[in-house]
Amino acid sequence: MKLDARIPSGPLDAKWDHCKNEMKLVSPTNKRKFDIIVVGTGLAGASAAASLAELGYNVKAFCFQDSPRRAHSIAAQGGINAAKNYQNDGDSVYRLFYETVKGGDFRSREANVYRLASVSGNIIDQCVAQGVPFAREYGGTLANRTFGGVQVSRTFYARGQTGQQLLLGAYGSMNRQIQLGRVKMFPRREMLDLVMVDGVARGIVVRNLVTGEYETHAAHAVLLCTGGYGNAYYLATYAKGSNVTAAWRCYKRGAAFANLCYTQIHPTCIPVTGDHQSKLTLMSESLRNDGRVWVPKNPGDLRSPNEVPDTDRDYYLERRYPSYGNMVPRDVASRAAKERCDSGYGVGSSAKAVYLDFSDAIKRDGVASIKAKYGNLFDMYAKITDEDPYASPMRIYPAIHYTMGGLWVDYNLESTIPGLFVLGEANFSDHGANRLGASALMQGLADGYFVAPYTVGHHLASRKLAKVGTDHPAFKETMYNAKDRVEKILKVNGKRTSDSFHRELGITLWDYVGMARNEAGLKKAMEKIRTLRDEFWQNVKVLGTGDSFNQNLEHAGRVADFLEFGELLARDALTRNESCGGHFREEYQTPDNDTLRDDTNFQHVAAWEYTGEGKEPIRNVEPLTFDEVKPIQRSYV
Amino acid sequence: MTAKLNLTLKVWRQVHAKAKGEFKTYKVHDISPDMSFLEMLDELNNELIRKGEEPVAFDHDCREGICGTCGMMINGQAHGPERLTTTCQLHMRKFKNGDTIVIEPWRARAFPVLRDLVVDRGSFDRIQQAGGYTSINVGNAPDGNSVPIPKTQADPAFASATCLGCGACVAACKNASAMLFVGAKVSQFALLPQGQPERAQRALSMVAQMDEEAFGNCTNTYECEAACPVGISVDNIARLNREYIRASVCSNVMP
Ligand SMILES: Cc1cc2nc3c(=O)[nH]c(=O)nc-3n(C[C@H](O)[C@H](O)[C@H](O)COP(=O)(O)OP(=O)(O)OC[C@H]3O[C@@H](n4cnc5c(N)ncnc54)[C@H](O)[C@@H]3O)c2cc1C
Ligand code: FES
Repeated sequence: MKLDARIPSGPLDAKWDHCKNEMKLVSPTNKRKFDIIVVGTGLAGASAAASLAELGYNVKAFCFQDSPRRAHSIAAQGGINAAKNYQNDGDSVYRLFYETVKGGDFRSREANVYRLASVSGNIIDQCVAQGVPFAREYGGTLANRTFGGVQVSRTFYARGQTGQQLLLGAYGSMNRQIQLGRVKMFPRREMLDLVMVDGVARGIVVRNLVTGEYETHAAHAVLLCTGGYGNAYYLATYAKGSNVTAAWRCYKRGAAFANLCYTQIHPTCIPVTGDHQSKLTLMSESLRNDGRVWVPKNPGDLRSPNEVPDTDRDYYLERRYPSYGNMVPRDVASRAAKERCDSGYGVGSSAKAVYLDFSDAIKRDGVASIKAKYGNLFDMYAKITDEDPYASPMRIYPAIHYTMGGLWVDYNLESTIPGLFVLGEANFSDHGANRLGASALMQGLADGYFVAPYTVGHHLASRKLAKVGTDHPAFKETMYNAKDRVEKILKVNGKRTSDSFHRELGITLWDYVGMARNEAGLKKAMEKIRTLRDEFWQNVKVLGTGDSFNQNLEHAGRVADFLEFGELLARDALTRNESCGGHFREEYQTPDNDTLRDDTNFQHVAAWEYTGEGKEPIRNVEPLTFDEVKPIQRSYV
Repeated sequence: MTAKLNLTLKVWRQVHAKAKGEFKTYKVHDISPDMSFLEMLDELNNELIRKGEEPVAFDHDCREGICGTCGMMINGQAHGPERLTTTCQLHMRKFKNGDTIVIEPWRARAFPVLRDLVVDRGSFDRIQQAGGYTSINVGNAPDGNSVPIPKTQADPAFASATCLGCGACVAACKNASAMLFVGAKVSQFALLPQGQPERAQRALSMVAQMDEEAFGNCTNTYECEAACPVGISVDNIARLNREYIRASVCSNVMP
């Protein structure tokens, strides 16, 4: 498989303009002759669907929820970055670019990241014009806050519900196009496969989740905006429906899957309390602006946190990383929390938690000010834990939160399958081995509003695409395949629920492919996952029929894909013999437990190629070159 | 550790939109008070599957109280007994050992039942499509700080914008009115400078679509505000009424 990143020539800051100037355009009157499928209506999908429809294309959009407004993006809390330099604190496109490349531990493409940084300001303008009610100062200008891994204030926010407000903005733009007849929306549909004709993506197979009917849809381009795969771990901060199915089926059709082992474990989530737990809840990183992380200095200190005097507290992030303090990047903060808990300093009944303490901030700014900034997060914490975070510190622990890996795309966001574009968290994207906070929203909207509208047009204008409708035999064949697989799950009629398989897979991944990994463990994980997968196909119990509203069947189908995917995830981690960002291999660490990269052998993207059922996949490599920044050992001390 | 709960559930079962539904009674045991209401239903469902009975269908996704997907009538109250709380954020510690809990779908003509506790809220989307946006294409936006918006204007606009679109307001209203939902969106834009160019048209179009969708009239009982999980205030209804009258007397806008 050839991996051509198609990075435009010229100096870094001129590449995107150069690329846009070179790209072929579809004439305004011809645009309506092209059909485009957008799968997913999160920030990436909704923004892409709206922008492409505004240009005049016919768009069909799909999501599995009952409404496009409910995509997982809605749950994003803390904010969105943009290099506006409204605070006059020295921010610039270059600084955002540099910090993102460094935050990603020098495992991303310079050209992509630079483009991301350079369109970031336009995103804010667009959202403000849509009526997104960002936080403002008394003078009426936009407010900013700080996120981890950076030394400027460039994060725009809407209290603790930035994702909701941005998504509703994009949903509004898409609604306008639905009303104008340019977007046709198909909610409660699950994409089960990609239809290829002559090696090009030309359509999809979906199951109507209400009626159970299979539908096929043809188009000239397919945009996959289906989000991340973190739910493979079962307990995660993702929405329950988030899945890898669409991306996985595309992988099996020939789209390379890249850097799976770059998973983000977020340092501040509400700890696990019991076996009944169905998901974990994030407490936004923005809280670290005002909250201080600590554990007792003495292991096993059983006093309630408010009774532990300052002298008996270890503010370990401030101690270890004096210049960034509580605002170190996520991977660093997560590992530090794990280290303290593993060494016996953890708090709470499970001893797997650390404190996030707001008492200094409350003393300094008053309860009202803290409430205005984080009120909804504090309420959420209180509801879940039955404790008042205004009165005593929160207890937090790391949890799976985001996936940097995804389908491989070139500079144009096109996968290794021509005509299949991948946007947002679903692609392997711009974050390298670790994503900085508030950058996912930025990337999803950059892809959808400002990149795909150009690059998809180029695909349509420069390739000869034969007229293909759903009567083409490839559509029937793909549909029957998808249907067969669903029927197969129903026929097993074993003894275990799909939920119990999912939980077991999650525990295996968390234990061996979680915050710390090693060779023996990864091999064991692969073995365990294979065994579990075999058992699934012999012993899963799914009731009901395929031609009805059947949530149990939907879930089982997603678990079946996670069980295949999980093995590749472990394999990717096993073959990357270095530590970087969210991928921490115990064998490769600095004396103070930080990631130890191997730039000589691993300064590359690993993109996996499917070779058939039961066959070993091929690990393809895209070398990364750094012309602008010099890869260094990251330091936040 | 608080003691585990044993509960009796009376759950609405209905296999599809046209089928006749009925209540079925189930017992659940050893429910931890730390569980969320939906986790309690997960337990019930796993038990049902093991026994060979089809699980209860219910909508949910984020389980953090933000996506607006979940929602059911719990003992006659939309989203259950706790104020300002979605079903997914309701925890079992709000119930007592031995309680009987009656669980039903939203009941409204504009929200037909699809299966068990799942309803079709497509009518809400169609109302939004009628005008819940500013008509601005990508590429045309001026600088974000070019129009200062006083905090005193931005904050109430934000408060209106936080509506989840869950439908609890409709479910709680004896007339199944959607005025709170529509009022929230119309208010968000009426309060912001960005919303001014289409202000009148928006109010008229969204109200026209609402009327077409078989929602009932508002008779000011304020049950909607009491049921709203994010505290959208009935001031939004008053503003919608004002906006509608203002738009109606504006002769150059067609409904
Ligand atoms: C709790 C939380 C807080 C966060 N906070 C922040 C933050 O403050 N700042 C930040 O930058 N990032 C944040 N993130 C990350 C960010 O929210 C996500 O990375 C981003 O929203 C992903 O957007 P997306 O459009 O790529 O995908 P998603 O929003 O996940 O959307 C996926 C879409 O695909 C559809 N879909 C999926 N599979 C299928 C299928 N098989 N068939 C049909 N449709 C399908 C879904 O219906 C959905 O519409 C947060 C994440 C979490 C979990
Ligand atoms: S599941 Fe999202 S609000 Fe309850």
